[in-house]
Amino acid sequence: MESLTFRHTTKKPLPGSVPNAITGVVASGNLEILLERVLPPDACEVAIETPIAGYGPVWEAVVADFVARAQPGGLRISINDGGARPDTVSLRLLQGARLMEA
Amino acid sequence: MTEWRGERQARDARIQAGRAHADGKVVPAGSVVDLLEAVLRPGDRVCLEGDNQKQADCLARGLAACDPGKVHDLHMVQSGIVLPEHLDVFETGIAKRLDYSYSGPQGARIAKMLYGGQIQLGAVHTYLELFARYFVDLTPHVALIAGVSADRDGNLYTGPNTEDTPTVVEATAFKNGVVIAQVNQIVDKVPRVDIPGDRIDFVVEADTPFYVEPLFTRDPAAMTETQILIAMMAIKGIYAEYGIRRLNHGIGFGTAAIELLLPTYGEKLGLKGQICTHWALNPHPTLIPAIESGWVQQVHCFGSEVGMDRYIRARPDIFFTGADGSLRSNRAFCQTAGLYACDMFIGATLQIDLMGHSSTITQSRVAGFGGAPNMGSDPHGRRHPSDAWMKAGREGQVVGDPALMRGRKLVVQLVETFGEKLVPTFVEKLDALELAKKIGLELAPVMIYADDVTHIVTEEGIANLLLCRDADEREQAIRGVAGYTDVGRGRDRAKVEELRARGVIRRPEDLGIEPLDADRALLAAKSIKDLVHWSGGLYEPPAKFRNW
Amino acid sequence: MAGAHAASTDPNALSWYEATARQRVVALADPGSVQEFLPPTERRMSPHLPLFDLPRAFDDGIVVGRAKLDGKTVLVAAQEGRFMGGAFGEIHGAKLVGLLRAALTLKPAAVLILFDTGGVRLQEANAGETAIAETMRAIVDVRAAGIPVIGLIGGRAGCYGGGGLIAGTCSRLAVSEGGRISVSGPEVIETNKGAEEFDSRDRALVWRTMGGKHRRLIGGADVFCADTVSAFRQAALDLIGRAPAFDLATLEAEQARLESRIERFGDCRDATDIWARLGVNDPEAVPAMATRAFDETVSRVREADHDAR
Repeated sequence: MESLTFRHTTKKPLPGSVPNAITGVVASGNLEILLERVLPPDACEVAIETPIAGYGPVWEAVVADFVARAQPGGLRISINDGGARPDTVSLRLLQGARLMEA
Repeated sequence: MTEWRGERQARDARIQAGRAHADGKVVPAGSVVDLLEAVLRPGDRVCLEGDNQKQADCLARGLAACDPGKVHDLHMVQSGIVLPEHLDVFETGIAKRLDYSYSGPQGARIAKMLYGGQIQLGAVHTYLELFARYFVDLTPHVALIAGVSADRDGNLYTGPNTEDTPTVVEATAFKNGVVIAQVNQIVDKVPRVDIPGDRIDFVVEADTPFYVEPLFTRDPAAMTETQILIAMMAIKGIYAEYGIRRLNHGIGFGTAAIELLLPTYGEKLGLKGQICTHWALNPHPTLIPAIESGWVQQVHCFGSEVGMDRYIRARPDIFFTGADGSLRSNRAFCQTAGLYACDMFIGATLQIDLMGHSSTITQSRVAGFGGAPNMGSDPHGRRHPSDAWMKAGREGQVVGDPALMRGRKLVVQLVETFGEKLVPTFVEKLDALELAKKIGLELAPVMIYADDVTHIVTEEGIANLLLCRDADEREQAIRGVAGYTDVGRGRDRAKVEELRARGVIRRPEDLGIEPLDADRALLAAKSIKDLVHWSGGLYEPPAKFRNW
Repeated sequence: MAGAHAASTDPNALSWYEATARQRVVALADPGSVQEFLPPTERRMSPHLPLFDLPRAFDDGIVVGRAKLDGKTVLVAAQEGRFMGGAFGEIHGAKLVGLLRAALTLKPAAVLILFDTGGVRLQEANAGETAIAETMRAIVDVRAAGIPVIGLIGGRAGCYGGGGLIAGTCSRLAVSEGGRISVSGPEVIETNKGAEEFDSRDRALVWRTMGGKHRRLIGGADVFCADTVSAFRQAALDLIGRAPAFDLATLEAEQARLESRIERFGDCRDATDIWARLGVNDPEAVPAMATRAFDETVSRVREADHDAR
């Protein structure tokens, strides 16, 4: 297993007040994402556990794009990956952010 | 004195030799090897019928069991290398040379044998191209074909999977060749005559019905949100934009998702009757909801699909059927239809390079082409206009007299940026080039050349290559939809944004599509069972697709 | 809880087969009533899977909690069939056992187990096997305390292995067409006995032998329901209302019934033979029947309804 952690500063906090949410399932080609509103409003941390080594730069790019797009300030995001493709990761991250904004 | 009848005399001699093992034209399954050893001559060109669906498998087993001392050095000219026997004959020396077009399941083994020199390869063709050569320089001496039933005179009913048979028989029977048909049963009267008996020399009652692969069945249960998103973009950004009414779909999940979105998403966009009315397409089970919802006017088929027979019989307004009620397919005609009468081909591929060349060949697999290069090419012989064709022509025209402008066929590649096991779809260099070098092919096995591709659709967006004005723009347009692959991450971000501003690249949001709306709830059918319900119980899926 | 915010969907439209464990629980229960125990934020994950370089799930593939069903308090456990085939690992099993034991003090109107499992997780087999045994023991205690334990089966992993054994100890079972109940799975049988005995790729055979319709016809399940969350909710309410007593008479009746079943059907070569013997007019038509037609067929079969399974 490979562990990756990315920390970002955001321009604003993610809207909404949902304390936590989970989306997705750990299965082949899929992943689960746990989002918790526990960080300062301008911080976002994404921690990933993945069985597929060597994709650090791809994860970094996916996470950076997500942060730029969603501005998920205040969120600690934890990912259990089952070998999901980057587009699936992006989609789940956006789904997770939407759940937190509800 | 010149001999003008040598071939005819040779044919008569072959038939004479074969008759020893036949009762009239009928040969028992147990005598196949004797028959083949009697009829075949070393070095013969032989077409062993088989394509991506039906297989003359009884005859294939017979050929593989022949004595290589008697039958050897054959030149196989056939659509598909699909059964193990198709390659076994090269290991034993029964066959030596090969010209073919498709090798799905045997792709890895054929690559190995090509590399090992066990097969002398002529070329990997498209279906239509190989059929054409049957009439010019690859005419078979002997054709081994498959049908459902025959009478004792040889009148042949091919069943719904007519496929290549008429073409193969035409080329063989009318040029002094011998035609041997395996059938599931001998009957007094066939349901319909697909091939007249005077073109069939021997009929073998096979030990088991010929095998047909359900190659075109896509289980909606396996469709992903990403595929649905891509399908939504294609419908809104291409089908609607160009008003595509006449088209062909590939066999992938992406196009199957489009078929399942027509009655839902397509309906919501008000596109019924505007798009997807006339098809050159196998009877895809996933098209059933669109047919039942009144989207489809007619469908001509290359072959049939396992389980669709009763449904097709009940929908003669949609499908081409015989007087007996069953489907009449024809690969050669349908390929021609796909080439000339369709405004769009849309399908998937395994690799796309920076210019847009694509290939399904990887370093260890030679999958062949089938029909994709024909349907996925702009036919320069086309002379009839249509709105879609003319619009594409206008987009692609850079210079020249507008009065002399001709249209363009839309050739759309529908791909996810990563394939199975996180293998990137976008690459700097196609594996096909490496393979060609390794096994000494003069022509790299490119499926669709860049100059034929008009659009690439991925989950990141649509690249309209018609609007690219130079090689650099083209490369950035492709990089701009290549997602998180190395190729995608290697983009010039400013240039990509500029292309987006010009509409060369369109993102889901540019099309008014919210990626989070790409939900399985949009699928008109979420399972094979749903398809059965849509068909009113007429679709009978093969056991491996059932969960009831 | 985290699960309350998992995408909720209209229970009338939501397919049980397609839904995740958490979606099933949320949509099954009265709106807003689910209170998850040991939710994903607690990160009670398998200590074993990292040794095998396998990914873990925050809830170890099972959702447990308290909820309301038509205003009545129930305890719920839902297995996630897509995570490791819904298999029982140490944490997964402990959460289920703990929930059942809590029922003895919390006295809910029922315990609902939403099975979706291939059985024991191979990577933690000892713990998993123990969990199966402990679960069955706990169910016996819960039932003895007068609390019905209802099993709901309709997920893609079915209810196999130890899950099949546990299902056998429940008060009542509801199953959908996609649901399968058995101990040995199709591939296991084929591996041990050969494809001639059981061709696991012949999915029509698999479903005739282990699927929801067969189980309902022979009385192995008590309700056959459509593949929607609302149908399972209705089934759960119905079954809670008519759970059998858990006493010696029931167990003896069950034993007698199993003995007569093997006697009556032991020589059948295919489920359709059994259905014919049960009095189903057109056994071949059963797999294609829609829910209503099938329910009518069931109503004409005496064996289908019996307190003893």
